[in-house]
Amino acid sequence: MNMPLLGGEAKPAASARSAPAAVIELKPPRSGLSGRILPALSTAAARVVPPLVTLGLLLIVWEMLCNRPGATLPAPTKIWTEARDLIVEPFFAMGPQDIGLGWRVLTSLQRVAIGYGLAGVIGIALGTIIGQSVWAMRGLDPIFQVLRTISPLAWLPISLAAFRDSQPSAIFVIFITSVWPIIINTAVGIRNIPQDYRNVALVLRLNPIEFFAKIMVPSAAPYIFTGLRIGIGLSWLAIVAAEMLTGGVGIGFFIWDAWNSSRIPDIVVALVYIGGVGFLLDRLVALIAGFVTRGTAAS
Amino acid sequence: MSLASHPYLKIDHVDKTYARGAQTTEVLADITVAIDKGEFVSIIGHSGCGKSTLLNIVAGLTPVTTGAVLLENREVNDPGPDRAVVFQNHSLLPWLTVYDNVRLAVDKVFGATKSRAERHAWTMHNLELVQMAHAKDKRPMEISGGMKQRVGIARALAMEPKVLLLDEPFGALDALTRAHLQDSVMAIHAQLKNTVLMITHDVDEAVLLSDRIVMMTNGPAARIGEVLTVPLARPRRRLELAADPAYIKARQRVIEFLYARHRAPALQAAE
Repeated sequence: MNMPLLGGEAKPAASARSAPAAVIELKPPRSGLSGRILPALSTAAARVVPPLVTLGLLLIVWEMLCNRPGATLPAPTKIWTEARDLIVEPFFAMGPQDIGLGWRVLTSLQRVAIGYGLAGVIGIALGTIIGQSVWAMRGLDPIFQVLRTISPLAWLPISLAAFRDSQPSAIFVIFITSVWPIIINTAVGIRNIPQDYRNVALVLRLNPIEFFAKIMVPSAAPYIFTGLRIGIGLSWLAIVAAEMLTGGVGIGFFIWDAWNSSRIPDIVVALVYIGGVGFLLDRLVALIAGFVTRGTAAS
Repeated sequence: MSLASHPYLKIDHVDKTYARGAQTTEVLADITVAIDKGEFVSIIGHSGCGKSTLLNIVAGLTPVTTGAVLLENREVNDPGPDRAVVFQNHSLLPWLTVYDNVRLAVDKVFGATKSRAERHAWTMHNLELVQMAHAKDKRPMEISGGMKQRVGIARALAMEPKVLLLDEPFGALDALTRAHLQDSVMAIHAQLKNTVLMITHDVDEAVLLSDRIVMMTNGPAARIGEVLTVPLARPRRRLELAADPAYIKARQRVIEFLYARHRAPALQAAE
């Protein structure tokens, strides 16, 4: 953002110096509001326009493929006419099961928040122990490597049997799905703390709590946030699958319900919601990561 | 005589052996050095001779195999702020500002004895001592290598150590910056009268800064080859010393030790 501004300021000096030689008449730089807003707009446009063009092309291809007799999936125009209330009004509430997709997404997000929050706390704690202690790593790491490959849905029957209720079961599935990358990345981050920082802590005689808060967490933060970012993506993947099976309110169950009543356009709208929310969650964690880990990248 | 029998810091018959499986490597053999309060002692030797291991032993970061390190006649085994280290690669915490890096040490060492305002003043005092107060809000990656090392020195000084340990502190710096920092260290030493143990491989640096130079033979099983007392009055000035006969003689003694009698293994192999 600063570059065009600096360039604009440098030009008059250059033209003034080269004026006696009268070689080239430099165009006077745009000043004031337009000079600042136009470059910003053009950078924004460079980011926004290409994906919009791609999206438009995709919609056209989709329309051409599906807007004919015998097509199994609805075309964009059909979705617009049939599922219009879902698209334009995310937050309506007509009855216990007749609510807007915004409400459903919020219910799902609530479950994700609890399950993912637990995974974050427990994952960082376990990862710290594994990263710090060779014996904890030898004892736990092989087990974790096996457990982490188990599909989220495979955990669901077990958790339903254990909790006998759909709400805690769904939360457990979120937890168990997203906790592994957090554990593993935290452990790698802790193991990679440079010996120099450990020496500093030793000379200062930091106690274990101070060492954890002042050296370990900041030093391993980039790794921890990589784990957290993978974790949020996985938990958003898992919640949809879990809700399809456990029922109740939620974006996953909505898809299942729509499928059972053959409302294919509703499913497409729900998919767009899921993708959008997943994207926002990822960006959110990345944003927090960028804010928290500023300065830790280089030494 | 009583001073000699009870030195301030004593490295007493220290042996260091590394065992890897059945194989053992002796790194240091029977090292004994006695350092008086306020003395500036350098340890010089070719790289790989174990001089950094020796400093880590004094710092308590590496345990001895046999022998002991005595500070004020008491054995020290573990690291602590009474033997503050200025690390070769500065080792500042990159997520903290210059001020916070020093403040962390001040808070830890004086948390119980100084008030918040006093700790702030002490932090700033030490940053001013190394002329880094102007950059107190910068992060380590925003300042130059020489500046980082200055902050590292400020952090070590702020612990009010009994012994200041310098581990090749200027090794990674360019010649001009190094000279500038050496002058700063001399000025600080003159002002605070700290006891300093410095590891170096730079002959001029050792002669310029030290009261005594401990020369180590090549490893494995490095031992003390010779100890040279530098008979130069303080304050010392780089420019005047260049032609000083005592300086030239001291320099020659060290060079002769390092390059004629105990040349680096790599140099011997090259012939």
